[in-house]
Amino acid sequence: MAVEVRVTAVLQKITGGKKSVPAEGGTVDQLLKNLDSNYPGFLHQVQGEDGRLHRFVNIYLNDEDIRYLDRLETPLKDGDVVSILPALAGGA
Amino acid sequence: MTVQVYIPTPFRRLTGNRTRVEAEGQTVGEVLRRLNEHYPGFNELLYDESQAIPAHINIYLNNREIHSLQGEETPVADGDEVAVIPAIAGGSGTALRPDQVTRYSRHIIMPQVGPVGQRKLMAAKVLVVGAGGLGSPVALYLALAGVGTLGLVDFDVVDLSNLQRQILHQNDDIGRPKVVSARETLNSYNPDVKVVTHEVPLTSENALEIIPQYDIVVNGADNFATRYLVNDACYLSGKPLVDGSILLFDGQASTYIPGKGCYRCLFPEPPPPGMVPSCAEAGVLGALCGTIGSIQATEVLKLILGVGEPLVGRLLLYDALSMEMRTVKTRRDPKCPLCGDHPTVTELIDYDAFCGGPPHVANAPVAAG
Repeated sequence: MAVEVRVTAVLQKITGGKKSVPAEGGTVDQLLKNLDSNYPGFLHQVQGEDGRLHRFVNIYLNDEDIRYLDRLETPLKDGDVVSILPALAGGA
Repeated sequence: MTVQVYIPTPFRRLTGNRTRVEAEGQTVGEVLRRLNEHYPGFNELLYDESQAIPAHINIYLNNREIHSLQGEETPVADGDEVAVIPAIAGGSGTALRPDQVTRYSRHIIMPQVGPVGQRKLMAAKVLVVGAGGLGSPVALYLALAGVGTLGLVDFDVVDLSNLQRQILHQNDDIGRPKVVSARETLNSYNPDVKVVTHEVPLTSENALEIIPQYDIVVNGADNFATRYLVNDACYLSGKPLVDGSILLFDGQASTYIPGKGCYRCLFPEPPPPGMVPSCAEAGVLGALCGTIGSIQATEVLKLILGVGEPLVGRLLLYDALSMEMRTVKTRRDPKCPLCGDHPTVTELIDYDAFCGGPPHVANAPVAAG
């Protein structure tokens, strides 16, 4: 499935500065692996060694947190927008 | 009919310090009389010896004084707000002075605010954690709006690098404590605001003493440990929290009401130290502070006035480069260790250790950031 992936500032360093990149995958898990093959190091930013998502990174399918859908197995369809959002703390 | 009743400050000792309570009734009079069933003693405060509401207490239905409607016989509908506003000498609850009517005229002429709303703002007490990039615009707009009491928590002093974005501080303030500089700026704009300075780091030792003194808390902190501390302390104290954060060209904002989700529901664990940079490490566009800070101030004002839909259940995402604003849905996580169905966090913890740093030492001197 051809999906648009949006990333915030910290992850943009890995996508060559782009905030929105196309990617492929039938599920979120496949999508992340596809992103990692195009942008080496991507998976490390969002997943631990055990293949589980970091708990300070949230992923949204359109505007729903995938934690409340099927997590990494959440199915995707053409035209979906997946947003990857690490926590940010700056305020001062 | 189920309505909300706005409780003025002098009556809140009867309602467990709550500003608003739910009540039932078909008319304004019935709603008020039935309050005594849940909050014994209410009748003694509200009615005089002849069981009438005395002249110095005004009752408003949806911001309209009931004498201009049908008095206590005015019927109410689901979702209405009945406000009890006494006029007492000194402090909040007095009628607006002529200069205040002029100062706040742009508020008062709005139906959603009016003189009743303005007096709610003047009776409100808001704590702003951090007098820096976000804390500055939040505190400033709240002071301009007439929020009666503003608490500021910051142990830092003003540094030249702050002046790119921290609008409460100016050149002559370099080296001075931020809360002192902030108080002077805020009172130069609005002398009526009582600015309470807490020139201390917010810690597990003092958070549950400071936060309960206020109605609403705004997070303008710059590190994860403080974010989790403020979140937990607000939940444990039953206070709404208006959160915001910024980095580079991105901003986020959300509002947490105890019972409807919290920061831990959104981000159960912080990133390991060093993985997410601070503003000092990665930078931030100064104007972003104004955008997100103004959004936070707006959320606070909406909560005090009881208007609009606050960002509860939503996380606002702002991308300044593309000038896009989006929201994603958030919710209370039933497994949240703080606010879920089976909480395991029931008191404040060592947040420095939680965030992977060296354990917190009470009363240790902390270097200015």
